[in-house]
Amino acid sequence: MPIDWFPLWLSLRVATISTAIALAGGLWLAWIMSNYQFRGKEILDAAVTLPLVLPPTVLGYYLLVVLGRNSPLGQLYEWAFGQPLVFTWQAAVVAALFHSTPLLVKSARAAFESVDRSYERAARNLGASELRLFWRVTLPLARRSILAAAALAFARSLGDFGVTLMIAGNIPGRTQTVAIAIYDAVEAGNGAAARVLVLILSAVALLVLSLANRLTTNPFGPRHSAI
Amino acid sequence: MIRARIRKQFPPGPESAGFSLDIDLQAGKGITVLFGPSGAGKTLTLDSIAGFIRPDEGRILLDDQILFDGAAGVHLAPQARRCGYVFQNYALFPHMTLRKNLEFAAERIPRLERHRKVNEMLEKFHLSEVSGRRPRELSGGQKQRCSIARALIGAPRLLLLDEPARGLDPPLRAELYSLLRQVRDDFDMPVLLVTHDLEECFQLADEMIVIREGRVVQSGPPRKIFEQPANVDIARLLGVFNLLPVEIRALDPSRNTSRLRYEDFELTGPYFPGRLIGDRAWLCIRPDQLSAKPRNGHPGFNEVPMRLVRVIEKPERLRLEFAGDVVVDVEPHSFENYSSVKDWVVEFPNAGLRIL
Repeated sequence: MPIDWFPLWLSLRVATISTAIALAGGLWLAWIMSNYQFRGKEILDAAVTLPLVLPPTVLGYYLLVVLGRNSPLGQLYEWAFGQPLVFTWQAAVVAALFHSTPLLVKSARAAFESVDRSYERAARNLGASELRLFWRVTLPLARRSILAAAALAFARSLGDFGVTLMIAGNIPGRTQTVAIAIYDAVEAGNGAAARVLVLILSAVALLVLSLANRLTTNPFGPRHSAI
Repeated sequence: MIRARIRKQFPPGPESAGFSLDIDLQAGKGITVLFGPSGAGKTLTLDSIAGFIRPDEGRILLDDQILFDGAAGVHLAPQARRCGYVFQNYALFPHMTLRKNLEFAAERIPRLERHRKVNEMLEKFHLSEVSGRRPRELSGGQKQRCSIARALIGAPRLLLLDEPARGLDPPLRAELYSLLRQVRDDFDMPVLLVTHDLEECFQLADEMIVIREGRVVQSGPPRKIFEQPANVDIARLLGVFNLLPVEIRALDPSRNTSRLRYEDFELTGPYFPGRLIGDRAWLCIRPDQLSAKPRNGHPGFNEVPMRLVRVIEKPERLRLEFAGDVVVDVEPHSFENYSSVKDWVVEFPNAGLRIL
């Protein structure tokens, strides 16, 4: 029986895009949380962590409410891009994003905090602006741990099931990601297809995680594992 | 000229007792050493001046610029203070070459001049040949020179050094001291240097500020502090004195003499103005001011019998430790024949006795 490879490619594409977005947004969030004291920091921290502990259905429900066709955000998206967000592959990106960002922010924050404070003090003392300090000192010093965090986020996005199902649906050839395709294949009694996808997904995840672990042996900082 | 009057309360943490910093100091051009034991608040003082710590109250003035004023709510960012800082671990950026480290610090200098300035500093600190290396490929002395060059390249108005000789071998220390003396002569600004090494004080300090438990307890030229510690705590800090509890038994201003009781023995010293008979005080005397010889019959004038506990070898002399925490430095050859003798007499000088 021929295997439909579309879900695998879709998952890889979704995970790549969501990791890129998570990096762009998560890094500065992590930077702010590791560097500044402000009111509501605890709440922000908890809110960022929330998706890690909430059941996927709860998260999916929230997203449906916030991004659905009747919500202001959903209408704004529809107005801007000419199509609704929910039940498209872009919605799968959003779902993956909510799964991977918490992990990325947490690991990136730990990475920033593991950079010896004296380098940041030295940079400030030498007149560097906060932006320059971030780009020229902290980020390069935390580089490997950040890459490891991104790899973890990628692996995590690859495997999302519940949230994706709730807001992107299960439309074969359009929004069916690999995790959902495996579920479908098992339900349909197509054990051979399920086995192949399971093995491939496991191999990719294993590869990414071992890469992450190799990266966390940071030559500039203390050793710590990504997980 | 730097003038700092700062107070800050550090609340007790799970692993640390509370600490209160209450420093009032000023320093002009030349090297001023902040001397004190670890945990006295020396580094906190530097960090407050550099702007890493915000004091609760007070005022920090560098030349005529206010860096911090608690009452007026002024707290300049570290970036705006132009205080060179040489960190205890050097804090050279490990991912940049030595040249890049200097260039990072010289960002404010226009590009063309920056290149010239970096070369000039590399030359001056004998680093040109290793300028392409990263910090981990440098020796301790090179890292040290680079961190000083980096702190100086932006033309700071004040240089702060946090235990710069820590971890350096004696030859490298000597090199560092001469480098710092040269920096003092070439750069016209105050230098504040933190150390708990008395030798370093004498090598470098034009002025010395003794800090203990978050407070300035004495300041002045090191020689003067060494000769006249203000109180017994400072004498203890300096760590080079015998401190013996004595009671004043007699004072005779006309003959400029006094009699002191130490344990069961009487010592004769000079007249101590401002003291009363019956006062308890600390006799403060350096190990090299005392002399010792094997006991032979009754102790003579100003001699106290003591029991030898231990002998410590020093490069140029022997240090004899007696019961009662009295130490005496002697010439090695004068001790050779008596190494098995346990009963000694220690002779106290008559005129040189000081009490605190």
